[in-house]
Amino acid sequence: MTTTAPPLLRVRDLAVTFPGRRRGSAPIRAVDGIGFDVAAGETLGLVGESGCGKSTTGRTIVRLLEPTAGSVSYGGRDISHLSQRALKPLRRDLQMVFQDPHSSLNPRHTVARIIADPLLVQGATVADARERAVELMELVGLIPEHIDRHPHEFSGGQAQRIGIARALATSPRLVVADEPVSALDVSVQAQIVNLMERLQRELGLAYLFIAHDLSVVKRVCDRVAVMYLGRIVEIGAKERVYAAPAHPYTRALLSAVPLPDPAAERSRERITLLGDPPSPAAPPPGCTFHPRCPKAREICRTEAPPLRTLVPGEAREVACHFPEGV
Amino acid sequence: MGAPAPLLSVRDLTVTFPTKRGPVRAVDSLAFDVLPGRTLGIVGESGSGKSVTSLAVMGLHTGAEIKGSVTLAGRELIGLSDRELNALRGRRMAMIFQDPLSSLHPYYTVGEQVAEHHRVHFGSRRAIARERAVEALAEVGIPEPRRRAGEYPHQFSGGMRQRVMIAMALVCEPDLLIADEPTTALDVTVQAQILELIARLQQERGLSVVMITHDLGVVARVAHDVLVMYGGRAAEHAPVDALFTSPAHPYTRGLLDSLPRLDDPDDAPLRAIPGGPPSLLEPAPGCAFAPRCPRAAVGSAEERGRCTSERPSLGGPDGHPAACHFPAYEGVAP
Repeated sequence: MTTTAPPLLRVRDLAVTFPGRRRGSAPIRAVDGIGFDVAAGETLGLVGESGCGKSTTGRTIVRLLEPTAGSVSYGGRDISHLSQRALKPLRRDLQMVFQDPHSSLNPRHTVARIIADPLLVQGATVADARERAVELMELVGLIPEHIDRHPHEFSGGQAQRIGIARALATSPRLVVADEPVSALDVSVQAQIVNLMERLQRELGLAYLFIAHDLSVVKRVCDRVAVMYLGRIVEIGAKERVYAAPAHPYTRALLSAVPLPDPAAERSRERITLLGDPPSPAAPPPGCTFHPRCPKAREICRTEAPPLRTLVPGEAREVACHFPEGV
Repeated sequence: MGAPAPLLSVRDLTVTFPTKRGPVRAVDSLAFDVLPGRTLGIVGESGSGKSVTSLAVMGLHTGAEIKGSVTLAGRELIGLSDRELNALRGRRMAMIFQDPLSSLHPYYTVGEQVAEHHRVHFGSRRAIARERAVEALAEVGIPEPRRRAGEYPHQFSGGMRQRVMIAMALVCEPDLLIADEPTTALDVTVQAQILELIARLQQERGLSVVMITHDLGVVARVAHDVLVMYGGRAAEHAPVDALFTSPAHPYTRGLLDSLPRLDDPDDAPLRAIPGGPPSLLEPAPGCAFAPRCPRAAVGSAEERGRCTSERPSLGGPDGHPAACHFPAYEGVAP
């Protein structure tokens, strides 16, 4: 019997439930039993609309939030119930980049302190940490002479570079990036995308790349998972999911993205979904997508479809009773 | 004969804000027309002046110095009193914003707020205004409009709130709708609904629309003509197809090249524009885009000098002008 090495990150049956806002109101199942793997050096894109649970998933993986059920394993070791103390050495390997670079950097700290902080926490000396901060600034394309400046002296794109440098300070193997470019100007987004791709090649990083922008995710990821109301509705190789989406929600999502091409916009067929995503406090029964689904039938209203492989051997799973292309 | 008279005409518009660190010219010598029944997309990044422009057209700037001319159906708006403007705002021209929740009053029902507009502008009686409000809510696709008119803004989703804003904007049947990033805060499936709604209302009512956005995809979907702004000035102005197929300004070209695209099979690195948007506090003497411009970078020393010292004016062929010393027009060596 051969044993294969466990993936870098393995998430199984993960659920995160928040108490209802008022006493007696129903709990909110933000993440409702999801599972996926992230291999060393790869990028998994996690996409979906607001409230789908993608950010909650990311925050739970780095243990900024506590899971309600299920497991998060890192390098084969279940970390979902480790104490913060036991977690500390693992934090070196597991870092996070946030959406709003300015609000995720302490305005009173210098860049030196911001980037060096994770190293100091891990026991580095002040001199070593500062030296490493200079290296990191060069690595992410910042001018090392600016090391004693404060975050407000940097533009949004530069501030996001600081956030990335901080995440890389401890030489992590997995970076959870939660909407890392969506607060940036269009002309600056490409710089950060290119930077993240270069860092991945040079450092062998794995990314869990969380975003609502399907064009950006297609650009950066190897595999993609589409979430709807706390669940994964489709997951698989990027080429399959983008070229031949099997879940009606994935199809609608892709067809809703405006293309920067007027001729294509005029000729393309769009699937316009009705209504808004429902509240995770009161998810519809059966398949949670059925009230908005153009293909919904009786079974969809009563039975939640499991995530399953459509074609044996195909690297893609779909949770739909009536998937496309079958 | 000739083109129809523009509904909205902006000439030499300059908006200056006094700040502690000196005056900031947020919009500089801007000119454009919006024809009846057409959509003008204004595209730009943060600080480009696109939102300041829309607020200046609506006369909503307090404390800014506004120069130039803005005419709506031939009537000059700059210099009008608040009272005169109030009679036009909401009535002949209406505006919707990015965040509908902060534009709606939390203490009044949605129906009351829409009806209020009708009452103010037409002096209509309460019962009639309420009826018009329910009709407007129905028209923008709010299910059960009569019941929902009695609900408060917090009871509506983001997409439904934006529909309420559109109902409020349209209840007085304006000629011009200015939409400032109306779908930026919305999910992509809801964005598609709102863009479709605006397009339908435009068709049915012959509305003129100014769509302000940072999203070139949104522009490609809804606009007939596009104005690209950079550093408070017009960079390029063109019919939508010409802008996307043959952008003349290096900034427009750079924006299009830097976008990751759903329909692009190529996985080569994105061609990013270096640097960031310019500071309005210390504007460069030459072209605002020169420090980031690939065309300026490859030019001779003399050409570079021109880009960094001489501000280009909007020029070039009729119908597709660009503010660049070395624009890339087809058949013309840049």
